[in-house]
Amino acid sequence: MGIKTLKPQTRSTIITYAIVIAAFLVVTVLDGLGLISNSLSGQLVPICAYVSLAVSLNLVVGVSGELSLGHAGFMSVGAFTGVVVAGCLARMGIDNELMLFAGSAVVGAIVAGIIGFLVGIPVMRLRGDYLAIVTLAFGEIIKNLLNNFYIGVDDAGLHFSMTDSSSLGMTQGTILINGPKGAVGIDKISTFALGILLVLITVAVVLNLMHSRDGRAIMAVRDNRIAAESVGINTTKYRLMAFTVASALAGAAGVLYAMNYSTITPSQFDFNQSILILVYVVLGGMGNIWGSIVSAAFLTVLPEVLRPINQYRMLLYAIVLILVMVVPHLKIYQRAAEALRRRFGRGEADDATESVATEGGEADA
Amino acid sequence: MEFLANIINGMSLGSVYAIIALGYTMVYGIAKMLNFAHGDVIMVGAYICFCSMTYLGLPVIAGVVLSIIGCTVLGIVMERLAYKPLRNAPSLNVLITAIGVSYFLQNAALILMGSDPKSFSSIISLPALRLFDGALTISATAVITILVCVVIMVALTLFTTKTKMGKAMRACSEDRDAAQLMGINVNGTISMVFAIGSGLAAIAGVLMCSAYPTLMPTTGSMPGIKAFTAAVLGGIGSIPGAALGGILLGVIEILARAYISTQLADAVVFAVLIVMLLIRPAGLLGKPVNEKV
Repeated sequence: MGIKTLKPQTRSTIITYAIVIAAFLVVTVLDGLGLISNSLSGQLVPICAYVSLAVSLNLVVGVSGELSLGHAGFMSVGAFTGVVVAGCLARMGIDNELMLFAGSAVVGAIVAGIIGFLVGIPVMRLRGDYLAIVTLAFGEIIKNLLNNFYIGVDDAGLHFSMTDSSSLGMTQGTILINGPKGAVGIDKISTFALGILLVLITVAVVLNLMHSRDGRAIMAVRDNRIAAESVGINTTKYRLMAFTVASALAGAAGVLYAMNYSTITPSQFDFNQSILILVYVVLGGMGNIWGSIVSAAFLTVLPEVLRPINQYRMLLYAIVLILVMVVPHLKIYQRAAEALRRRFGRGEADDATESVATEGGEADA
Repeated sequence: MEFLANIINGMSLGSVYAIIALGYTMVYGIAKMLNFAHGDVIMVGAYICFCSMTYLGLPVIAGVVLSIIGCTVLGIVMERLAYKPLRNAPSLNVLITAIGVSYFLQNAALILMGSDPKSFSSIISLPALRLFDGALTISATAVITILVCVVIMVALTLFTTKTKMGKAMRACSEDRDAAQLMGINVNGTISMVFAIGSGLAAIAGVLMCSAYPTLMPTTGSMPGIKAFTAAVLGGIGSIPGAALGGILLGVIEILARAYISTQLADAVVFAVLIVMLLIRPAGLLGKPVNEKV
């Protein structure tokens, strides 16, 4: 059976996994041959983290059709929870890096998922622009709160304060989170292999959810909320489900990201970070999972390659973001697309069934 | 006395929010879109005023007028290029475009002006007001900001109720299709609203930077978001609502900063937004809209 005869859905799933595994193999081989520069190999883990973040945000923006501007907030919840968990586990005498990472990633994902669920309850009562602005507000609140968190660990257990590090009342032990200074002295235990594993898990969760009964319900709510409601779909439940799962996955990606650096601060996970992830999702095609993977990886590597124009990078992103949105609605484009379609028969890609393409097909972008 | 001073400072900050919120509320009322880039227009206005005063050596009045003109043009161009093609597109696309425009303005400013903060010299050089034998000092900037806000509110209310263009504006926000059938130039009206909103944003930018003199490419984004919060608090689409919401939010922010925590002041402001949206999504002075199938 050739790949052409498969259902578009299955084909897209195969392509998605194939991209990730092929990327892993190629990078591992190149690394073994010593062909990967230092600056690029330093980017490998962040690339995996951003890919996971983009895929999980795609679940909210593309599949569920809600614009979330607070994704970095959930990433930071995961990151800081992971740091605390790793600190505690290390204190308990566990020094197996795999165990440390797995423990922090799981707890980080769970805590971020719980926070996402709690935030989602009020947020999902809103729609459209209001929802976007409230997720932004929650992202900022999370950042502000983390800026005031002081957590330390010693033999007596965890200490927590919201005033300053001296009021933790510790004479020995280590301070894990130090307010605006963030977490310092993190064990760098993230590796590229762990990153790829996390990407695969994220992709598997999102794709399975999308292709399940629940996923179809989520997409039905996106496409026509009122129609979905009238056939008995509990709209709030399904939107909340997508939001919670995405938050938990963002939390795990946050752990991966944090464990790659020795220091992280709450202000790193600001609104701009959320926008950056949104750019990856929009450029990859909303609702298109492998698109998110490719665009997140490509756009994280790009500034390394194009150092000379690095200062124009964000400006370029902004322009591309506007063009991707505006061009399909221009009359010139619509006419050209129509002409092309007439000449070549069917011009629309099969993948368009998966994307929220309006007219003209954003999947092309 | 300290409490009174805080209230007055809060009202002054709130007046800035109110002027910005007007731009949001009018655009939302007529184009049904959240112009995310509105906050960055403030920053552009402040930069234009700063440059014309510092580099060109122009007098204060010329700087302010230039910045109002610059922002008005920017508002119209922004609407024509980015938002007009999306008039009938899903709101998600429009919002992402607006975020793109906001990002564009910030990064263009970053490249043109550099990332180092510029110190904006206040355009108001009057002495501070001293009351109760010096127990209460109010800066002239605060007084003038509040006065400017009052003047703008009165002028805008007169404009929307008495003039033909104002009536066209209200008609468009009520029902765009019906307004078009009545011979109102809808596209022209929307452009006009963007122009007015952006011109007001320039004034807000200059006033804000006179009170808080650090000017950076990101200066506008936080006040922009807070002003949107103010617009929602007062009831989006309502001009008196923007004024009420702005001043309330300014007072809340300054009080939170003084009596709760400087760090958490922003969190308090956003918590107000969330609570408001959950209790009364239409805002204090807005009218609830029923959903039509």
